[in-house]
Amino acid sequence: MSQYYTSTDHFVLIPALMLALFGCAVLLFDFLIFPHPKQRKWLIVFLIIGEIFTGAGLWRQQSFLSSYGLNELTAFNGTLTIDGFALFFNWLFVLLSVLVAIVSYRYLEIENEHHGEYYGLILLAQCGMFFMATGTDLITLFLGLELTALSFYVMVGFLRTQKRSNEAAMKYLLLGAFSSGLLVYGFSLFYGLSGSTKIVDVADALAAREPGDPLVVLAMAAVAVGVLFKVSAAPFHMWAPDAYEGAPTTITAFLATGSKAASFAFLMRIFLGPLESARPTWEPLLIGAAVLSLFIGNIAAVTQTNVKRLLAYSSISHAGYILLGLIAGNETGLIGVAVYVAVYAFMTLGAFLVLVALRRRDLIGEDIEDLAGLMESSPGYAVLMLIFMLSLAGIPPTAGFIGKYYILLALIQTGHYTLAVIAAVFVAVAIYYYFRIVRAMFVSERKETAPLASTFGIKVALAVSGVLTLGIGIYPDPFLRMAGFSLIR
Amino acid sequence: MAGVPLAWYLILSAILFALGIAGFLFRRNLITMFMSIELMLNAVNLSFVAFSYKFGRVDGQIFTFFVMVVAAAEAAVGLAIILAVFRTRKTLAVDEIDSLKY
Repeated sequence: MSQYYTSTDHFVLIPALMLALFGCAVLLFDFLIFPHPKQRKWLIVFLIIGEIFTGAGLWRQQSFLSSYGLNELTAFNGTLTIDGFALFFNWLFVLLSVLVAIVSYRYLEIENEHHGEYYGLILLAQCGMFFMATGTDLITLFLGLELTALSFYVMVGFLRTQKRSNEAAMKYLLLGAFSSGLLVYGFSLFYGLSGSTKIVDVADALAAREPGDPLVVLAMAAVAVGVLFKVSAAPFHMWAPDAYEGAPTTITAFLATGSKAASFAFLMRIFLGPLESARPTWEPLLIGAAVLSLFIGNIAAVTQTNVKRLLAYSSISHAGYILLGLIAGNETGLIGVAVYVAVYAFMTLGAFLVLVALRRRDLIGEDIEDLAGLMESSPGYAVLMLIFMLSLAGIPPTAGFIGKYYILLALIQTGHYTLAVIAAVFVAVAIYYYFRIVRAMFVSERKETAPLASTFGIKVALAVSGVLTLGIGIYPDPFLRMAGFSLIR
Repeated sequence: MAGVPLAWYLILSAILFALGIAGFLFRRNLITMFMSIELMLNAVNLSFVAFSYKFGRVDGQIFTFFVMVVAAAEAAVGLAIILAVFRTRKTLAVDEIDSLKY
């Protein structure tokens, strides 16, 4: 260990190191150790071992922080910071990656695709997410964002021979790369304003400027547009429905939850860091984006017949709710963002997992009609889907209600009454289209008789997301305590 | 660089960046759109290097290296995806690639 790589640096980096090492190892093992297609199942076991090592690293960091009563631990001369915020999001990423990995085997078999790259890319994407949640330097944040995005471009286009998957990857790539360009231009102006790439120094330099300085506004606008693209908030949401629909369903689940959560972690790091002092300038911008996301997401979802596309629009509207928590900006609002992101991830993941089970040979299973009569054929799946839909609509006693409650409470506490009313009104719209799915499952006649592609992995993953969605709604205290621990500062 | 003011570099960078955005928004060929994105990233590099020279600090130039690496990785992934699109559709015009819409 030298002054350039101290033991603290190593301690902080362990989870990312494990993810990167295991990610590369899975790629190698795919053809070196498990060349026979039947052995590919072991890759999932290997991925889970990698996640256990990652989790052990995170656990040691968490116990280190709590045993010394520290708020944060910085490494690499301030470029990485382990704090409650980073830990909260990283635990979420670990859980999501494992759940997505264990449902993927059967799906990839049905699609007749390779396994090794797939699991490798999941780990590498998660490595990028680690840096998005942990980075406190413009370079680390940017590299984390790009590592995640590049892995996802490949994963979205994973079904190489299918037109839809190709097209989704292309649209996601073009708009993703474009938004990265805007974002990094804003970063270059941050650097020019402060002479440093550390977000603490950038925050100080921007706070020293007078409010409404045109350079600050330009940098803020470029960064804000880039970040809003990544979280798929309207009016920068165009890529989301296409990418979600065309991607393999397991990847859609990961894109809608993991990538979205990481993007929100990134957004919080930027907007509560360098841009905190420019709040009067960005607040109207974000209010516009949030209200527009609620409007477009909810209205466009009403007419969709493809469930993946419907859930894509619903995820746009959820991005609007999460942004409202940041706009409120008090303690309740910021805890509300963490609560909402995690809750949103569990329920959206669950809804997509039901679609994964519906994908059978010769049957795509993505239309609302494909869900018809699900209650009759497989009641367990139908009841779980009902729970996820209730939660997405925000009806108690599910987790979605806790998320919406926090956001609305924060808006009322900070006097944003109009926004609170708008947010509440759109819940009513949302109930309509979520219940179209419920009605198809419980009322419509059963058409398809082929059994669901249910595997042990899907059952475990669905049980975990179902228990979390219902459990957090019924007994939220432990979860809220964890989220409260995640406040930045 | 003595004699050339910082502002000129920044204006050049802003012009290049705006050209990149315009190319992305108005050209309808996949490869051209992709090249426009590369142009945007190079404009960013120019602005980083100019600032870095002004401050006499090296971190802006380091950022430039990372942006170059990211641009190269993006080109590798991007061209592969464009190739896959071309294989299934035999076209590179974005307006004709429209099977996903509602």
